[in-house]
Amino acid sequence: MTDISSGSLPLTTTDKVRASLAKRHRKQRILQAFGIAAISIAFLMLFILLWSQIATGYKAFMQTNITLDIFVDPAEIDVDRLPRGDFDDVLTAALLEKLPNVDVTDRAAVREASGIFSNGAQFDLRDRIVEDPSLIGQTINMRMPVSDPYDQLYKELLDRETPEELRRLNDVQIANYDQLLDAGAITSKLNTDLITNADSRFPELAGLKGALLGSFWALLVCFLVAFPLGIGAAVYLEEFAPKNKISDFIEVNINNLAAVPSVVFGLLALSVFIGWFGLPRSVPFVGGLTLALMTMPTIIIATRAALKAVPPSIREAALGVGASKQQVVFGHVVPLAMPGILTGTIIGLAQALGETAPLLLIGMNAFITSAPGTPFDSATALPTQIFIWADSPERGFVSRTSAAILVLLTFLIMMNAIAIYLRSKFERKW
Amino acid sequence: MTTLAFAILLAACMVAYALNRRAATGIRDGGQRLHSVSGYHGLFALLMILVPVLVVILLWLVLQGTVVNTLIMSSLPDGTLDGLGAGQVDLILAEIQSIASGRVFGEPEPWKVAAAERFSGMLQTASLGLVLVTALLCLGIMVFARSKVSAEFRARQGVEKIVSGLMIFCSVVAIFTTIGIVASLAFETIKFLRLVPLTEFLFGTSWEPQIPIRADQIASTGAFGWIPVIVGTIVITIVAIVIAIPIGLLSAIYLNEFAPKTVRSVCKPVLEVLAGVPTVVYGFFAILVVAPAIRTLGAQLGIPVAPNTALAAGGVMGIMLVPFISSFADDALSAVPRALRDGALALGATRAETVMNVLFPAAIPGIVGGVLLAVSRAIGETMIVVMAAGLMANLTLNPLESVTTVTVQIVTLLIGDTSFDNPKTLAAFALGMMLFIVTLIINIFALRIVRKYREAYD
Repeated sequence: MTDISSGSLPLTTTDKVRASLAKRHRKQRILQAFGIAAISIAFLMLFILLWSQIATGYKAFMQTNITLDIFVDPAEIDVDRLPRGDFDDVLTAALLEKLPNVDVTDRAAVREASGIFSNGAQFDLRDRIVEDPSLIGQTINMRMPVSDPYDQLYKELLDRETPEELRRLNDVQIANYDQLLDAGAITSKLNTDLITNADSRFPELAGLKGALLGSFWALLVCFLVAFPLGIGAAVYLEEFAPKNKISDFIEVNINNLAAVPSVVFGLLALSVFIGWFGLPRSVPFVGGLTLALMTMPTIIIATRAALKAVPPSIREAALGVGASKQQVVFGHVVPLAMPGILTGTIIGLAQALGETAPLLLIGMNAFITSAPGTPFDSATALPTQIFIWADSPERGFVSRTSAAILVLLTFLIMMNAIAIYLRSKFERKW
Repeated sequence: MTTLAFAILLAACMVAYALNRRAATGIRDGGQRLHSVSGYHGLFALLMILVPVLVVILLWLVLQGTVVNTLIMSSLPDGTLDGLGAGQVDLILAEIQSIASGRVFGEPEPWKVAAAERFSGMLQTASLGLVLVTALLCLGIMVFARSKVSAEFRARQGVEKIVSGLMIFCSVVAIFTTIGIVASLAFETIKFLRLVPLTEFLFGTSWEPQIPIRADQIASTGAFGWIPVIVGTIVITIVAIVIAIPIGLLSAIYLNEFAPKTVRSVCKPVLEVLAGVPTVVYGFFAILVVAPAIRTLGAQLGIPVAPNTALAAGGVMGIMLVPFISSFADDALSAVPRALRDGALALGATRAETVMNVLFPAAIPGIVGGVLLAVSRAIGETMIVVMAAGLMANLTLNPLESVTTVTVQIVTLLIGDTSFDNPKTLAAFALGMMLFIVTLIINIFALRIVRKYREAYD
């Protein structure tokens, strides 16, 4: 066989194939390798994305606190003047007791030392005393969040090795902090404020309550509007609509709406809901309406698929025993399609929960420090809160942004898990 | 008061349902044969009340604010609003409203206090009126519906007619939405084109949207040429597509043709996770991880990289589009008839040859449609570029530099306080109009390709 290559004998097809087989198999392996590489890149990116958020975000789930025994000095705080009083002086006095080497008469040194208090500490103290004025004259034990730079120091995000003038805390402040740490006054605990506080200018006080409630109201409005409208439209188009130009036009319309950029829906909401109808800016109600318009095509498409999956025998059987067309649809077809419809709705709502751009345009990125009680109170939503925090210059907001992202992703995963559960539990194979 | 109106509506619906149902049952028990079962008589009354009264309440609520505001502003003493711009008029209105709600700052002028009193009075009258109208309408319709109950009354047909009407209304909402989009964009765009000529907008090469401080300051009204903005959009879109196409296509080919079943069943959901991540998260990922990484890499190679380079935004957008393209390619490859695949394999082609020479060419139309849809998504994508791309319009094709996009400009022009009479706001709507037109054309084209291709094999 080896001397055939001289060319005297003609090559058979089998020989040709055999000769090229190795090369062809190599090509196949290369294609496969490229495929695996492509998937690996996609997975790697997903991994880096999640990991970077977890790595920066987990620190925001702990908050550094300072615990002090505070003597509520009647000389500083007068029962009759409540809620006014020199609460910050009381706090500072309690702090200086722990820091004997700070000169009480040196105002600058005292101010430097008291920078460890968060801006909200004196208000917490005030609220506690207003609630129970008998505390005046007693010594109370209080735990308060420390301000952002000290929080960063505790979490080792602030490097002690950087030159003093570039650091946000000077050597004296760090020495004070170490003294407090040795005395056991500095502790770290689960940051419940992240969920129970509304937004704040100060990272250590900022929380997601307002954003969570804002998103809740917006999604509720979105569901109440989009779910009935979507089902109504889908049932009509799938079961009742005559096949003519008009229903074709509606169908093309719905498909196109599903692909319109979300920011355009924001423009629509801004000019129609806010400009023409005069609805207020920044409220979850308008946000919910906007999201409903965007979610409706998703719900319609999912509902139609679910209705199509119900076999015609069900319809024929119901018609056969004398049900009217509507009785067939609402009594039999829609209930059987419900798992599919609900799955599609939940997936649509999950998309709506992550939607940011239209909410920015209707002003749901305002700085609001109270949680909304109704859909008509100004509020932010979870994704717009992430956007606001990502834009904030303070270091402390970086980890809070990632923490907020983790909260958002948790909600999305939960919603999708419910959708998958519904599908697998209730979906019937015909 | 609004809650009360809704409560009245709800109560009226339930009472009417119960009343009519009882009446119909009574007739049946009396020995007569009903045309419709009694439940339909109840349902008929319920829908007859619910639909019109709900419409009235909603219209009332939508219009109430505007009507009261207009009445208040026209009732102000003559001459107070002369020569004031729209912004100042709004400010006065806001002040009156805040006085009316009890938040008084400083010493407001007496006429404002008087207006505020009238304002709260009107609001009270309005909400009282709403409750009254709701109650009267409910009562009236209830009596009417009750009078309809008889053995021959075709309640089921009545109910079905109303339900049909409601369903048609639901379907038409989609058309209304499209009309709303087109009308609102067109309306503001025409206003914009009155201030800036169309040729300047379409062909101008500089984009500096600014509001003039004084009305006569024509020279510094800024420049509104959208060329640099659209070029920036194209640059970022190209970066995204260049990354998304190979990764998306290759992973689709691998999953569809080579991967064992178990790998496939794990990988597809994970890719779907990538598609489900909100864009604001991608945006933060771009500024937190990708942009610094590219900058460090550039510094090590000695290439100057702008802080918010188009590569970061485009790259992250590319990752976002991977699952999109891969699922379209997957659908297109699976839709190729089995006979083609089997034929190629039977002739002795390797799997790779079957994919590349038979399946892929057959699936090209579907894949192209998917890619076009991805392009339209990339053009319309907002949050990634708002967070990671630049704000200044910069006419360049270099992806290492900072560019801006149409969506970034829309958002930055509209964030914060906007009034509908300055070119800045209107420019955002003009850009929105262009964005809508461009994406619509691409979408229609892409959907047509996808559909045509599907028809070829079915």
